[in-house]
Amino acid sequence: MAENDISLIVNGTEHELTVEPRTLLVTALREELGYTGANVGCDTARCGACTVRLDGDAIKSCLRFAVQVDGAEVETVEGLGEHGDLTPLQECFQEHHSLQCGFCTPGMLMTADTFLQDAEAPSREEIREAIEGNLCRCTGYHNIVDAIEDTANRLGER
Amino acid sequence: MSGAESEREEPDVEGVFGAGIKRDEDLPLLLGEGTYTDDISLPGMTYLAIKRSDHAHARIVDIDTSEAESKADVVAVYTGDDVEASGVPNTIPTAWDLPGLVQPQYRMLAIDKVRHEGDGVAAVVAETPQAAHEARKRIHVEYEELEAVTDPVTAVERDIPQIHEESDDNIAFDFELGDADAVNESFSAADRTASVTLRQPRLIPNAIEPRAAVADWNDSTQKLRLWMTSQNPHLHRMLLSAGTLGIPENNIRVIAPEVGGGFGSKIYHYPDEAITAWCSMQLGRPVKWRASRSEGYLTDCHGRDHVTDAEIAIDNDGTIQGVRVETHAGLGAHLSQFGTATPSYLYATVLSGQYTIPAIHCRVIGAFTTTTPVDAYRGAGRAEGIYVIERLMDVAARELGMDPTEIRRKNLIPADEFPYESAAALVYDSGEYERAMETALEHVDYETLREQQQTLREEGRYLGIGVANFIESAGLSPSGLAGQLGAQAGGWESSIVRFDSTGSVTVLAGTADQGQGHRTTYAQIAAEELGISVDDVEVVEGDTDRIPQGMGTYGSRSASVGGGSIARGARDVREKARRIAAHQLEASVDDIEFEDGEFYVAGASDRSLHIQAIAHEAYLGHDLPEEMDPGLEATNFYDPENFTYPFGTHVAVVEIDPETGAITIERYVAVDDCGEIINPTIVEGQVHGGIAQGIGAALYEGAAYDEDGHLQTRRMDEYAVPHATYLPDFETDSTVTPSPHNPIGVKGVGESATIAAAPAVVAAVTDALEPFDVDHLDMPVTPETVWRAMEEE
Repeated sequence: MAENDISLIVNGTEHELTVEPRTLLVTALREELGYTGANVGCDTARCGACTVRLDGDAIKSCLRFAVQVDGAEVETVEGLGEHGDLTPLQECFQEHHSLQCGFCTPGMLMTADTFLQDAEAPSREEIREAIEGNLCRCTGYHNIVDAIEDTANRLGER
Repeated sequence: MSGAESEREEPDVEGVFGAGIKRDEDLPLLLGEGTYTDDISLPGMTYLAIKRSDHAHARIVDIDTSEAESKADVVAVYTGDDVEASGVPNTIPTAWDLPGLVQPQYRMLAIDKVRHEGDGVAAVVAETPQAAHEARKRIHVEYEELEAVTDPVTAVERDIPQIHEESDDNIAFDFELGDADAVNESFSAADRTASVTLRQPRLIPNAIEPRAAVADWNDSTQKLRLWMTSQNPHLHRMLLSAGTLGIPENNIRVIAPEVGGGFGSKIYHYPDEAITAWCSMQLGRPVKWRASRSEGYLTDCHGRDHVTDAEIAIDNDGTIQGVRVETHAGLGAHLSQFGTATPSYLYATVLSGQYTIPAIHCRVIGAFTTTTPVDAYRGAGRAEGIYVIERLMDVAARELGMDPTEIRRKNLIPADEFPYESAAALVYDSGEYERAMETALEHVDYETLREQQQTLREEGRYLGIGVANFIESAGLSPSGLAGQLGAQAGGWESSIVRFDSTGSVTVLAGTADQGQGHRTTYAQIAAEELGISVDDVEVVEGDTDRIPQGMGTYGSRSASVGGGSIARGARDVREKARRIAAHQLEASVDDIEFEDGEFYVAGASDRSLHIQAIAHEAYLGHDLPEEMDPGLEATNFYDPENFTYPFGTHVAVVEIDPETGAITIERYVAVDDCGEIINPTIVEGQVHGGIAQGIGAALYEGAAYDEDGHLQTRRMDEYAVPHATYLPDFETDSTVTPSPHNPIGVKGVGESATIAAAPAVVAAVTDALEPFDVDHLDMPVTPETVWRAMEEE
């Protein structure tokens, strides 16, 4: 199968890679570049475990081919915070016990983090709508909504 | 199931035990650094794709693999004949025998027939996952199609196609529990009877992480390393060894890294992980397999699938005299690991629920169907049983014109009757059922809510209040009894508690976490017993080479059986340390007191040694009591003397839109009693997740097959896993009734809320529909179901 040379800027680092036209962005991130934070949970773009930020928008990385995003800037969960310097959202997720198995967490964080960039003092209903495309089977969402709400409050107080 | 002497020590709830501390496991998961099975890559790794049957039931006439084999990057293609010819035992064994059980051989790949859509027929190994998936399409299977049967009642009727040669009536077992004569007498003597016929549809677990395996066979050492999405790596090691691959158990290392949820679906020994290992053995190269979600829908064991006729005999004052239940349980095409235990012992034994019921009889017909195998899913058996008794309570209340809470209150087992032996063969450990129920009712202000319901009805608005009382039998045990009932494995748990010479502690636990937070709660148990900081405890799970023995995590057993083992091991360590302290402080062992990690001579608190300093001494070995071996660790095998019985009351308040049938959950209140609480934050999280799955079952979820046996709900956009907008905020509370049968008084909580939520929500919907004379609707209760029920009035 024909192959294409593309470049991706992932979490600020530029990568050159060669992919087949059918290679999904999530596959390129996980298998070609080793960013395994984005997870694959379904094959119908429903679960949201593979959510990353593409040029500033939260997208499901199983819904794009890598060749389609040649030259784009991608942010994965690995780029959010680091040990000793978690983002407020990551801190709130830990404080509110908003993750159990953690498999949906990278996608949930990317969706919520992007949502919070524009949302000021969102209602719980708005938060639920914002994360509707990210499925979690462990938490029942209650504590995830708590964490996002608390993050919004903390960001609002700054 | 027998009672036991209390071996409980009163825990110091001021300490780390009982504190809602943050989870130790969160940091890597929040940073995207958690390693799940699919994140693992090995040098020279190949990729497996499994060719699966498109038919529910068909004879395999021919499999042509030549085109697939000729494709680029294909390493090998194997069929069921290849596996059989390799001489391995090739059996996926069931782990629970029942009297008269029919046990057809379940192989890694089908040979003669396929028996459900998704049965594996061939395996392709290739250099890339894409090549494996492409080549899979080039395997040509010729089938002679046979008639499908998906319904457990139809399956056992005459003139229905035979699924296995071994069973001419598609019956795998015909199980009975209780006293049929006593029940017959109670029905003759009682003032009235009420009945309900109900279906509990198949549920598909949907852990967000699909099942996966990476196998690495080393030809020169004859050893297998297998990373897999496992809830019980040691059980997988045993079943792979004895049942499937025929490798000595000590040559197999099963590793469960981060596991992305299980809910039962990752307990079982499936053909897929086994064939991954077998392929690696054939090729001497690492092999990775990962299920797609659609593949998971066809192959992860489903849950429930019951059709039940249930009757209750009651007196006019609401006193229950007897319960009679007959259930057809769908088992699917093959007997899965606990597929026989779930609809028999785990189901029939909880039919007494929280109530004093003098006579109970239950018959369960386990039926083969041409569908995905059915096994234990969160709440397994208990969820089905409690649903039946709670639905019976509601129809009985309706029959008598009593309030649903009043008939419950009247029949609750009183707090002073424990240990309580039910007519369904269980001995409940402890319970204060009325306290939990009244707490839940206070939360919703039940009386006011009933008045409000009446007012709203007059305005044409339909509010419904559903109350469900539940028990759970958790921590399946003891081993001897389980063996008498047919279990092919023990119910114990094992752990090692080990100080190192610098005073930190490693706990090696035989359970296996899938998000429950064991690393944190187990550290709390060990830290409490040893009087040290929780930060000084490291918990290791999920690797059969590091942890010598274990049984895994399922059946709400980890806190009670796993935690019980750790507490006992830590106490053994503490007692050895006490002897060292006595020796070095030159005092009698009996005079040594222990507090906050410090051993001191009674009455002379300045003569003291900290347990962490003693650990150092124990490894120096320079000055130990005579005949004492160096080191400070303990291996513990804990075989509980009984199950534990978590309980509680959940209340759902819903409103129905009479125009559309849409159901809105206005409030959801959960009061759970799981005994002593190790970490309230983690307990609450377990309750939240459990409620979500119970509400999912009640309102949204349910596998559907067409008449040809094709699964209609085979993708996430066809099977309604609840989204954030489908669920309300949850209100939780707890009561604490310690279990006298457990060293730390805990009962377990993992499944409780799933067991409670489905009956609570269904009760709320039917309560709302009382003006339409609807007393039962089958799950999932969709708006269409409600709308039709209102229209038919």
